[in-house]
Amino acid sequence: MQTENVIEVKNVWKSFKAVQAVKGVDLSIPRGQFVALLGPNGAGKTTLVEMIEGIQKPDKGEITIMGKKWKGNEDELHRILGISLQETRFIDKLRVSETLQLFAGFFNIGKERVNEIIDIVGLEDKRKSYVVNLSGGQRQRLALGISLINSPAILLLDEPTTGLDPNARREIWEILQKLKEKSETSMILTTHYMEEAENLCDYIIIMDQGKILREGTRHQLLEEDSNEKVIEFTSENGILPEDIHVTGFPFTIHRESSGEKGYVTLENFENDLPAFMTYLKSKNISLKHMECRRKTLDDLFVSLTGRKINE
Amino acid sequence: MNRWFRFNQLWQLISALFLEIIREPGVLFWGILFPILMSLGLGIAFTKKADVLRKVAVVNSVDRLKTDNDTGIIWGFLNKKCEKNIPNDRDTYNWKYVIKDEKLGNSIFLFYDINWDESMKLLKRGTINVLLMQKEGAAEYHFDPMNPDAQLTYLKLRSILGVGEVKTVVSNAEIKPLTVAGTRYIDFLVPGLIAMGVMMSSMWGISYGIIEKRSKKLLRRLVATPMKKSHFLIALITVRITMNFLESMVLFIFALFAFKMTIQGDITALIVMFLAGNIAFAGIAVFVSSNTSNTEVGNGLINFVVFPMMVLSGIFFSYQNFPDWSIPVIRKLPLTMLTDGIRSIFNEGAGYHEVIIPILILTATGVIFFSAGLKIFKWH
Repeated sequence: MQTENVIEVKNVWKSFKAVQAVKGVDLSIPRGQFVALLGPNGAGKTTLVEMIEGIQKPDKGEITIMGKKWKGNEDELHRILGISLQETRFIDKLRVSETLQLFAGFFNIGKERVNEIIDIVGLEDKRKSYVVNLSGGQRQRLALGISLINSPAILLLDEPTTGLDPNARREIWEILQKLKEKSETSMILTTHYMEEAENLCDYIIIMDQGKILREGTRHQLLEEDSNEKVIEFTSENGILPEDIHVTGFPFTIHRESSGEKGYVTLENFENDLPAFMTYLKSKNISLKHMECRRKTLDDLFVSLTGRKINE
Repeated sequence: MNRWFRFNQLWQLISALFLEIIREPGVLFWGILFPILMSLGLGIAFTKKADVLRKVAVVNSVDRLKTDNDTGIIWGFLNKKCEKNIPNDRDTYNWKYVIKDEKLGNSIFLFYDINWDESMKLLKRGTINVLLMQKEGAAEYHFDPMNPDAQLTYLKLRSILGVGEVKTVVSNAEIKPLTVAGTRYIDFLVPGLIAMGVMMSSMWGISYGIIEKRSKKLLRRLVATPMKKSHFLIALITVRITMNFLESMVLFIFALFAFKMTIQGDITALIVMFLAGNIAFAGIAVFVSSNTSNTEVGNGLINFVVFPMMVLSGIFFSYQNFPDWSIPVIRKLPLTMLTDGIRSIFNEGAGYHEVIIPILILTATGVIFFSAGLKIFKWH
């Protein structure tokens, strides 16, 4: 079967007062795909997602969900979307089950689904707890549960794991992975954690300053077929020179802010490593520590913008 | 499913918002206990006539030296009729005189033998409000004629000093204290407290509820579902009116037993009046909170609406003492309309005929503000 696109975004622009938040974004999400919008804070991820959610209106451009525009189809689209906004706080003195029941009521859904959701997000022993007494991770799982209550065809999650500790983050990932196995749900998730994008999503869109920089599967983005590797090293004898392009060698050495640490991307690891070592020797730089690893999305982001995602 | 009315949504919203309120332990105190304590305190303070202390300065004048201690209208009275006291640390007065009165409460006069400068100091502090002086054997009274309390002291003093002889209140039969139901201070106060309660808890409850949910980003989450926006506001208002009704009932039942209050007019008119007041303030509350997500700004806006009415609308004391030109304006304030309406039903036996106009105006006020608020309402 031909995969149809559940979401189409065409040349969308949005600005707030002096800030151009989204500058001409195109996007299409096929059915059943998990898509990550990866980028630093202020990249325009939230604005883009909120426009897809119908919360913000684009200044220019067009958004269709399942072939339908927001105008005039609000009620229908609200029923097929599952939404989790950034930092929503629910009613403090309402229990977990009551909060889910409230949202279930908006969709005219009964108690069984509430119990199902409590089971899916693993809040069985918290079902009678007041929302105010939940931990950060439990609150995010509740928010996720609320977004799933109407068994949505499309899930839109805005930074579902920001501020959570690694364990709580993993719990959210597990819930989403199970969902992917069991259903045909499509998902857009915004994040500034590259592991989250890599582990959870089929397709990754890297955004910065309101624009899409690069998009593709992890495989495509990281050119995993190539022999490219990153070498991180610490020099024994003090400060490295600033970023240097070494004439005659196919690599550039980047210095990290501390001055002692640096890294270099070698396009052809086997050929270039000896050349790199020779260069170090010629400059009398002896190494305290050296690590060879595969290229990450963070490296890609740095090569595109000169900054790290979480800087 | 009906597009315009979704019972299940409304029911879920009402029950959630109701639980939110009653689970807050402060609600019980501020909503129910506090008005009762206030009515109890003010009711007792203003219904039972306690002994009234009236402090009077007797200025040491030249006249005293010239004349014998026992002569002259003032010195004669003080030395012959009054109880002498040697000033000590606790009681610094020199003479004491008591007019006994069962019904109005005893009046106790304390006289201080001091010089002019000292008495001026006491006058400025409000400790005394009348100065007595003897000149050429006759009494001179010094007081501020604009001060009603001073006037009363003067009248009482004149009646006992008289023309040299002591005159007490001639006969109690001439004075009939008003203790008939409907004329006591508590009868004035309780309807005022009920009206104020409606205004306060509507304004704070609804406005704050909306602003807080907006700042928590809960509103934007709610409208990202098929929830009908109007249903959310209707639920919020319904819950608030129910709470107001319960609070007012408790206060009224308390006043019924503690102060033997009665409703002399039409009870159904009272309920309709009460509802109209709720609608008015609910509408104003929605309007006030339609656009801000900052609780501090909300605070200011609510106070801006509530405070002038608290002062002007005659909750605790009649607004008739304000300047004449201001009274027609005061009468048009929503809180004044509600208070006057409730009071007239309670105390003057009013029915629909007397209160239908304020009921209509209040309802219209609520509807207009609600619609205007909804037009500019910011959900996110």
